[in-house]
Amino acid sequence: MRTPEKDPSLTLTRRRFVQGAAAVGIAALVEGKVTLANAETSAHEAPVLTGNHFDLAIEAHHLNFTGRRVRALKINGAFPGPTLKWREGDTVTIAVTNHLPSETSIHWHGMRIPTEMDGVPGLSYAGIAPGQTFVYRFPVRQNGTYWYHSHSGFQEQLGLWGALVIEPRDKEPIEYDRDYVVLLSDWTDTKPETLYSNLKKQSDYYNYHRRTTGTFIEDAKNKGLRPTIANRLMWGRMNMTPTDIADVTNAAYIYTMNGNPADANWTALFVPGERVRLRFINASAMTLFDVRIPGLPMTVVRADGNYVQPVTVDEMRMGVAETYDVIVQPHEEKAYTIFAQPESRGSYARGTLAPRLGMAAEVPPMDPYPNRTMEDMGMGGMAHMNGMQMGGMASDQMPGMKGMQLNGMTDNSMPETKDTDMTAMRDGAIEPLAGKTPFSQPGPHTTRLMPQPSRMMSRPTETREGEVPLHVGAEVVGVAMKTSPRLHDPGDGLNGNGRRVLTYSDLHALYKGVDGRPPTREIILHLTGNMERFIWGFDGYKVSQAEPIQLKLGERVRFILINDTMMEHPIHLHGLWSELENGSGEFSPYKHTLLVKPAERVSYLISADTPGRWAFHCHLLYHMAAGMFRTVEVS
Amino acid sequence: MMSRLALHLVFAGALLASFGPIPICAQAPETPVEAPTPASRWPKPVEDNRVLTFVSFDQLEGRTNGPNTSFRWDGQGWIGTDFNKLWLKSEGTVTNGITSDGDQEILYDRPIPYLRYFDWQAGVRLDLDSGPTRAWAAIGMQGLAPYFFNFAPTLYVRDGGRVAGRIEGSYDLYLTQRLILQPQVELNFYSQADRGRGIGTGFSDLDGGVRFGYQFSRKFAPYIGYAYSGVFGQTATFSRQAGQPTSAPRLVFGVWVWR
Repeated sequence: MRTPEKDPSLTLTRRRFVQGAAAVGIAALVEGKVTLANAETSAHEAPVLTGNHFDLAIEAHHLNFTGRRVRALKINGAFPGPTLKWREGDTVTIAVTNHLPSETSIHWHGMRIPTEMDGVPGLSYAGIAPGQTFVYRFPVRQNGTYWYHSHSGFQEQLGLWGALVIEPRDKEPIEYDRDYVVLLSDWTDTKPETLYSNLKKQSDYYNYHRRTTGTFIEDAKNKGLRPTIANRLMWGRMNMTPTDIADVTNAAYIYTMNGNPADANWTALFVPGERVRLRFINASAMTLFDVRIPGLPMTVVRADGNYVQPVTVDEMRMGVAETYDVIVQPHEEKAYTIFAQPESRGSYARGTLAPRLGMAAEVPPMDPYPNRTMEDMGMGGMAHMNGMQMGGMASDQMPGMKGMQLNGMTDNSMPETKDTDMTAMRDGAIEPLAGKTPFSQPGPHTTRLMPQPSRMMSRPTETREGEVPLHVGAEVVGVAMKTSPRLHDPGDGLNGNGRRVLTYSDLHALYKGVDGRPPTREIILHLTGNMERFIWGFDGYKVSQAEPIQLKLGERVRFILINDTMMEHPIHLHGLWSELENGSGEFSPYKHTLLVKPAERVSYLISADTPGRWAFHCHLLYHMAAGMFRTVEVS
Repeated sequence: MMSRLALHLVFAGALLASFGPIPICAQAPETPVEAPTPASRWPKPVEDNRVLTFVSFDQLEGRTNGPNTSFRWDGQGWIGTDFNKLWLKSEGTVTNGITSDGDQEILYDRPIPYLRYFDWQAGVRLDLDSGPTRAWAAIGMQGLAPYFFNFAPTLYVRDGGRVAGRIEGSYDLYLTQRLILQPQVELNFYSQADRGRGIGTGFSDLDGGVRFGYQFSRKFAPYIGYAYSGVFGQTATFSRQAGQPTSAPRLVFGVWVWR
């Protein structure tokens, strides 16, 4: 075993891990435990903690964003919580002490760790009782950008979250000069319990983009009276509205960047020509962010902590809990705006990338408020999909993958034979390992392990297609008639905006995944809900009505998610990677959270390589609270 | 299974017993292998059956035609979970210290599985006001009909096989994001006359109106409007005999509130 402390390649001096504007001239911040205010902007920073032992104190404090002092939760007195810097290969110890009058917890989002360290009350442990300290201790076997947050009640909304940055053991195949964490989130002065109760009683409580007489007249002028009436009747018959974009909007939320409102102008510094790494983390409770830096293309190098083949875009939509590492290289001596508007528009989070403090660039106007389409309703209308074959079967290949090979896409496909990892193709190379030990995160030294050829050809032994026990009751308003993998679709509000927007079809892993086995069965889950009642779930059931999903330790499973609702759901599986089947074959991107669009059908592979009781849920906080949660049991 | 369980509970009269979360399944697997066995005292990872409370007034208003002003309320509230609610309804009109049209209901409420936006309700209605008291058994439904119409038909039965019916409907027309025009109507029917309460057989009365309100917040919207109450058929005859008007158009002013 190497000793990380003595490895000079891992010291911080190799690259500057900098903390926004404060990094220049305030060296103390690197190990600081205090939240520093910057003199020239009112922005503050999360403290950074490094090493392999950490003490986190969870306390009730107040925050004041609007002139009202509102109860908030802080970690070591900081909002956001401290950025924890770990090193791959270390065993870290985190002692979390609860100074609240109620139970709390910390979950390490995206970390592949033993189930009892996962921090989900009721699955991993009992939670951390008031006055108690729970000591997490686990080996760090991965690297990249992740985050942590409370998994108790609505504490996430109150500020119990922070960034995790894990230095890789090997030199990263990414060149950069500066390194910043950019945490995006949503803050509300409303008590989360009240917010939830408001949604239960009036699900469009926070929608101030309803269809009105005014919008009717406008539409009639623009589109004609007859089509406008027809459209109103069509949506009205279902008691739905195409303006149902987000359950919680800027009517309740202030959007923040590293805990700062837009006015505070959190600033990250650069010297022109430098390569700047931005670790974007969507740490919000309910907000999908559309992120861009006008005038500066972003090269996405990691997604959900895992390397992807660099792809340069102007904009990306971040589902709640997703992380993207991007590299930008500003050449000009000028300021650039880091602009993150929620899908429901109305307001935004904003920061600045600048050569000096106190600079600001123009803040772009917000895009128009999006509308849901018939396609979102699962009613077809594939006009803009260029006539792709949209059979909707998970085992169909995804179309248009720019000539990429489709290995591993279908359950009976042959692996790539010109593989440099041919040595791994010995008979049974993977079988003895499956279930014995968690597979490594794909990296420069990992090997793709293939099953015996005879097994590779086998069909899934259990396919539940067509026999999904979908329960249609008060919990479900409808089932999408037509679903498709909308992986090329950037999402509502992003189509045709003239910018190159990242889609899931752009994500190709840089390194092959370790587990080369085809799945032996498919698990189909419908994402369902009754938005009027604000009940959400899987297959028509809330978590309290449902049994855990059972996986056998070591098995390879395909999950197929069918979104029957007209909203996006960021679906997160704890403890195991979700290998998105986007046509990249053995270069399928490894994700921990998958944003599923309305009427979308998404499939991904899972290696059930770590035993335990894992949470599987929509990462929209109030959807989870309303039942969109399952336990996945690997045993 | 859930609904059957709940029905048994209701008809056993154990209304209150059904408010808590209904245990549907045990979280623990039968044979946990390697995964840590959860202690029984561990909380649930997600509490998706929170008990909430709701109180709302569709009418909380003065009604005036100049010389005469009356106070009218029509409200409802509930306590419960997604699937089990205790629902209370109350309405009445106070004119010169005399309360009329007093209707108080206590109902058990559950979603109707295949009518996604409707609940069924069953319980008791008490006609409680300055007139003689009557008690009815009530069964009805309430919810959102297609095209966003609020719709609530209820059937009432009491001793002697007397039957009554009520249909309530309203529509919230958003003129802007905060300006609302709300037409509303309530119709009552009775199978047999009840002279004590001045009620005749058949279609007895109507209360309708149009209100125009501004949502300062979602939960607070003052309004003004026009309301019409009228009695018909045999009920109108009884009213005339008692020397009371058979119709009362009124200017109304009040506030929509809920929490």
